[in-house]
Amino acid sequence: MTLFEKIWDKHVVKTIDGGPSVFYIDTHFIHEVTSPQAFNGLNARGIKVFRPKQVVATADHNVPTLNQHLPIKEELSRLQVEALKKNCAEHGIELYGLGHPYQGIVHVIGPELGFTQPGMTMVCGDSHTSTHGAFGSIAFGIGTSEVEMVLATQCLMQSKPKLMRINVEGTLNEGVVSKDIVLYILSKISASGATGYAVEFAGSAIRALSMEARMTICNMSIEMGARCGMIAPDETTFEYVKGRKFAPQGKEWEEKLAYWKTLYTDKDAKFDAEVNIDAADIEPMITYGTNPGMGVGVTGHVPALNEIDEKEKPSFQKAIGYMGLEAGANIKGTKVDYVFIGSCTNSRIEDLRMVASFVKGKHKAKDVEVWIVPGSKQVEKQAIEEGIDKIFEEAGFMLRQPGCSACLGMNEDKIPAGKYCISTSNRNFEGRQGPNARTFLASPLTAALAAITGEVGDIREELKFKSQN
Amino acid sequence: MSKQINIVTSTAVPLNIENVDTDQIIPARFLKATSRDGFGKNLFRDWRYEQDDETKPKKDFVLNDPTYKGTILVAAKNFGCGSSREHAAWAIKDAGYDVVVSSFFADIFKNNALNNFLLPVTTSEEFLQKIFTAVESDPATEIEVNLPEQVIRIKSTGEQESFDINSYKKTCLLNGYDDIDFLLSIKPEIEQFEKDPIH
Repeated sequence: MTLFEKIWDKHVVKTIDGGPSVFYIDTHFIHEVTSPQAFNGLNARGIKVFRPKQVVATADHNVPTLNQHLPIKEELSRLQVEALKKNCAEHGIELYGLGHPYQGIVHVIGPELGFTQPGMTMVCGDSHTSTHGAFGSIAFGIGTSEVEMVLATQCLMQSKPKLMRINVEGTLNEGVVSKDIVLYILSKISASGATGYAVEFAGSAIRALSMEARMTICNMSIEMGARCGMIAPDETTFEYVKGRKFAPQGKEWEEKLAYWKTLYTDKDAKFDAEVNIDAADIEPMITYGTNPGMGVGVTGHVPALNEIDEKEKPSFQKAIGYMGLEAGANIKGTKVDYVFIGSCTNSRIEDLRMVASFVKGKHKAKDVEVWIVPGSKQVEKQAIEEGIDKIFEEAGFMLRQPGCSACLGMNEDKIPAGKYCISTSNRNFEGRQGPNARTFLASPLTAALAAITGEVGDIREELKFKSQN
Repeated sequence: MSKQINIVTSTAVPLNIENVDTDQIIPARFLKATSRDGFGKNLFRDWRYEQDDETKPKKDFVLNDPTYKGTILVAAKNFGCGSSREHAAWAIKDAGYDVVVSSFFADIFKNNALNNFLLPVTTSEEFLQKIFTAVESDPATEIEVNLPEQVIRIKSTGEQESFDINSYKKTCLLNGYDDIDFLLSIKPEIEQFEKDPIH
């Protein structure tokens, strides 16, 4: 059996003839944007949340990232955050909202508080719920009607997806990090390459990654269209979970651990599709287009027209037209106006440390604005304890407060029209970071380099220079 | 919102763009409402208007072209990718569509559509091109989507193709049932399941 099947089978309540299965959800994360209509639905039916202790709530998508101690200025945003507070209170759900020391992006706080554990099924009204699959759980995003279903019954109607394994073998080159791995996979299989599949990431290069780096990869499995992404739990996973606030303890820990150790894909298990990647082929990556599959190595170029299928040409030209780039042009050297380091993809302490270790003693380029948005209050606190905030301050970077921020431009953190932003987030869709904003997706290292030089560059040259001196 | 789908016959609006993501269908800044209503007016907001200004419609965008009308939206492959926001399905339904046709739908969007009685019809790439050709050469072309028979037909040419839908969801759409009604009806079984030692 595969890892996916082992977990799936344990969560099927029943299967409808010729239809989907009733699928049990262990943990349900909710936030302010995709839950209010679900609570309205429950209220209209006159029912309460079925298992409030299995629901974890936070406010992240729509919160300001400056002056969080003050009332939210924007009225609709404030009403939405207040609605979450009221709904949680009425239904007995614990809320890690604004002002709470555990507040943060839902996919950052779940793992850091130990809610996310191997073998679980987890959902949230947010497509990046796939992040939690890094622990060897089945975790996926759902719509608001489904949020209502889970609130009402702790179950969903689900059809079993096909299974894909992506093997990344070998050792990464210096300057190449987990974000580059996932952008590379996307550039190979496209933004719809895994639609209809649950994806397991495997191989020695994946095993060698920290939990935070694994989360970055699973986070972006939705960008391939995958239902979910997952990595088999191992010692790295157990070490990360152990001792966290809501992780099992004592005898329960021992029992769970014994079970978690059975969660791996058996040698003879079959997948519907397999993809093999050599880690040594991966360069620091950058996107040039308007979906996350449109990426190349930083020393590469925007595809020339003769490299694009005839049928794909209109979409390709629309994308590079939006980005203001020429077919065939080099990407290295392209000027950037904004740098955004944040989002559920890359806003954890290791990301901030990675950026800080590179920028220490340097200063940002003159015309570039740099926003660092930590993933949670705990990440923010740790960054301050480690003195990372000082490094950012000296570099001219702005350390803001936790939230989804400029990843989706739902609050006031928007990139102005026509400006270029190099971003550690997950989507470069048209208008994603603000109407007519232009996004280059990259790793925290590549983004940090652009913050200092004001343009897209190759971090490997910098690291080489450093090691020679 | 009509809570039933059976046979839909209509002219169609051809949105011949691939990888239409849910940020285009409804940009995040319009997700601040706490009800399900009224999202239709911001459907494809940034493709419809210049500089976010309703008085400046972009003339070349198909939804602004009075030639094309109807309750069937036809889109190129990988429609609805990206964010899980159900607001995308609400916006399309609210703007008056009952059916979206494409050769390929993103997973979450497809579920969201089904949960809102917006029927996603997946055709072959070849048949999708036939629809685009027929509709773009004659906007009066009617498309018939027959859910009971699971067939989509171009009325003027008689060309047709069958489409898949799981029988559970088909029953829901034909009868106006939703998953929550069903799940609530089996709550005792769910409670029994929870007693299993793994939980």
